[in-house]
Amino acid sequence: METAFTPWQSLGGGALIGLSTVLLMGLHGRIFGATGILTGLIAPASRSDFAWRAMLMLGMVSGPLLVLALSGNFPTVDVPVSTPMLVLGGLLVGVGVTFSAGCTSGHGVCGLARLSPRSFASVLTFMAATAVTVYIIRHVIGA
Amino acid sequence: MRYLSLYLTGLFFGTGISISGMANPAKVLNFFDVAGTWDPSLAFVMGGAVIVTFLGYRFVLKRPMPVMADRFHLPTSRVIDTRLLGGSAVFGIGWGIAGFCPGGALPALGTGTPAVFIFVGALLVGILLARAITTKRTPRALTA
Repeated sequence: METAFTPWQSLGGGALIGLSTVLLMGLHGRIFGATGILTGLIAPASRSDFAWRAMLMLGMVSGPLLVLALSGNFPTVDVPVSTPMLVLGGLLVGVGVTFSAGCTSGHGVCGLARLSPRSFASVLTFMAATAVTVYIIRHVIGA
Repeated sequence: MRYLSLYLTGLFFGTGISISGMANPAKVLNFFDVAGTWDPSLAFVMGGAVIVTFLGYRFVLKRPMPVMADRFHLPTSRVIDTRLLGGSAVFGIGWGIAGFCPGGALPALGTGTPAVFIFVGALLVGILLARAITTKRTPRALTA
């Protein structure tokens, strides 16, 4: 399935993501990592630990609603993947990010911006693994 | 004030993800499909987010403490080990299969698309499974 190249929208969305990571650090002293937020919600260390992540989560899921209110449409979510593959992918992502202690937001945005060697190693590894996986699924297996 | 600022921070993130295309697996998977229906848009998402964060962090981390908290919580681990690289590789394989990463999927829940709930459900099971394995060996995985 072809998708349109959207450099300006993607750059603007990226800048907005950057703004939120800077706000979270500047105001609350925290790294913006989706993995950490989600993990802290299902296994919080304390009540206050739960609360700040819950507010972030509420804000995050409100994003598409704001887009709906402003543009009249929800953002596109096209899932060219079968349900069993979604489940398999979700399980692997969950296990992987727990061991790597971060994902695209924690390592990919905050970690790279802090010039963390761990994050560079993580991002290079997961980007390569994702590219190889997509290549195998689309061009070797031919799904 | 504290909770409102957290909500708005999350809202900016979720809106950025929505606009950028990170919540759309078709677009995410095409970014990695250089040999097929390649769509380089996500390089602009990463670029924009990293540049703004890099510049913003320079500024805010110079301050003695955050505005609404007593200290900056920064990851201290510097070890590049098989746990980090293996976890990253497994994450990448899962991302390549499903097309969702956690930061893309959580805001996408707001669209009410059933596939997102299926993915996030499996994601939660994966996190709990990995924690059940790791907490037997080490105290608590540091999450970034």
